Amino acid sequence: MEPYEMSVSQAAHALQEREISSRELASSFVQRIKEVEPKVKGFANILDEAKILTRAELVDKLRLAGENTSLLAGIPMALKDNMCTRGVATTCASRFLENYLPPYDAHVVEKLEEAGTILLGKSNMDEFAMGSSTENSAFHFTRNPWNTDCVPGGSSGGSAALVAAREVAFSLGSDTGGSIRQPASLCGVVGLKPTYGLVSRYGLIAFASSLDQIGPVTRNVQDCALVLDVIAGHDSRDSTSVDRDKEHYSQFIGRDIAGFKVGVPREFFEQGIDPGVKDTVLNAVEKCEELNVDIEDVSMPHSPYALSAYYLVATAEASSNLARYDGIQYGYRDKESESLIELYYKTRSEGFGPEVKRRIMLGTYSLSSGYYDAYYLKALKVRTLIRGDFENAFQNYDFIITPTSPTVAFKIDEKIDDPLTMYLNDVYTTPANLAGVPAVSIPCGFHQGLPVGLQVIGRPFDEGRMLQFCHALEQSLGVKDIMPSFSVEGSV
Amino acid sequence: MNINIKEVEHVAELARLNLSEEEKQLYTRQFNVILEHIDKFNELDLEKVEPTTYVQPLKNVLRADMAVSSEKKLLEEVLKQAPDREGGLFKVPPVLE
Repeated sequence: MEPYEMSVSQAAHALQEREISSRELASSFVQRIKEVEPKVKGFANILDEAKILTRAELVDKLRLAGENTSLLAGIPMALKDNMCTRGVATTCASRFLENYLPPYDAHVVEKLEEAGTILLGKSNMDEFAMGSSTENSAFHFTRNPWNTDCVPGGSSGGSAALVAAREVAFSLGSDTGGSIRQPASLCGVVGLKPTYGLVSRYGLIAFASSLDQIGPVTRNVQDCALVLDVIAGHDSRDSTSVDRDKEHYSQFIGRDIAGFKVGVPREFFEQGIDPGVKDTVLNAVEKCEELNVDIEDVSMPHSPYALSAYYLVATAEASSNLARYDGIQYGYRDKESESLIELYYKTRSEGFGPEVKRRIMLGTYSLSSGYYDAYYLKALKVRTLIRGDFENAFQNYDFIITPTSPTVAFKIDEKIDDPLTMYLNDVYTTPANLAGVPAVSIPCGFHQGLPVGLQVIGRPFDEGRMLQFCHALEQSLGVKDIMPSFSVEGSV
Repeated sequence: MNINIKEVEHVAELARLNLSEEEKQLYTRQFNVILEHIDKFNELDLEKVEPTTYVQPLKNVLRADMAVSSEKKLLEEVLKQAPDREGGLFKVPPVLE
């Protein structure tokens, strides 16, 4: 086994037992990137090799001196390119921020740095995290490692593709309406959107502030818990970060799940779902019964309205958040403008790509005088109903199981000209964002040779038991650490 | 509800975006498709439903009202990001004629 093939927990063990050094591990990944990145293109920006290896050597020294005992010390990873890294380009895959060097680190970056992880690069994404295919990156497409004619999903498509292709041991993504879970599903990896407020958003470039959350993208459930252990926790710089006792998610892994109660909402298996995806997910649900878990049908009657509410709330918040891109303090500026007002218009029209403009427009429209009551306010009311559906369901069930995405990975260019069809990718993922509850996608099988994801949604701050359940299910399904075949050619 | 090209022009103005004729027509067409889908929630009786803006009970988070000075190096890093500057200031084109 090549070192880059090791999961986070395997690599952590090997590092602790001194079977391998951080430097050796990092060079194995650097080599792997050289081999497969030209096919995948999951990075927006790769760090200089010398810089990576110097950092790995430093972590080795600290470990030998007993000064860093974190489990993640020496583990190579990538960050979605909307998380600020001091002095390292953070572009949001936008022309607007193409040359932006943040003067500070995001909270999650500080946490991972402190734990001794090794940053290999920033991962590609849809511009400003708006999209479901990573085709909205201003720089280049990212390809799905399972079939390079297909998209990796989005908006954290780079983060998911890099983990699937074994170019990093894990990555972080951000999820506003499914942007971690949907690409995780399409790339056959594990992606968690934590409870709103569990992980600080300080230094995450804002899309829709009441929905955005950062979470791990990993090869398996145990790795997910290990990464969450490091990034979760209160931070006073994000006023929505919740101050509560720190939990150790990895301690939940391996515990018995007999007696858990799971609801399967029929509304999530009805419209627009690929029958192959539906069957694969339902087969996995059947497996739960072998694990002595109670499975029952449940109704979440308002879920068919979640997508509409989501696209109004998210675009409204985005139109406000993206008003800051005016060409004055940082980022792109049109140099020809002769007045300030002309500068605003030209800078914004030239700096933003088509999907970002579309969403700013839609959000501005639903907030504008005369339409606020008809659209934005109604969306907020629907949000209340969606929350109510979850609250009702969680009175009787520990978890909700649904498909993550209605389809497997689709072809590049297949949906890009039709925004509504593209938005429908998020039909199963947006309810959890609107309700603020945690949700994770795990691979549960294949359809047409492409991975299918299953979504588990839990109660607020119940990530520990949720991952405990997912781990048991993952073991029972035997769909774990799955690796696309081109990887096999790549190794020895 | 339908949106016409005049409204699209108005919204673009509010958002400080210049749109080409082609973009105006494309967005008008696309918004109508998207809004038609969104209008489905008119099936719901929302009269007595309270809106949710945030999922958590939010309270004001205040810090002590004390000036904190930043490193000089940081100030320079911030200003270096500016598209145009003069000394310690951001430079912009004239606001008034």
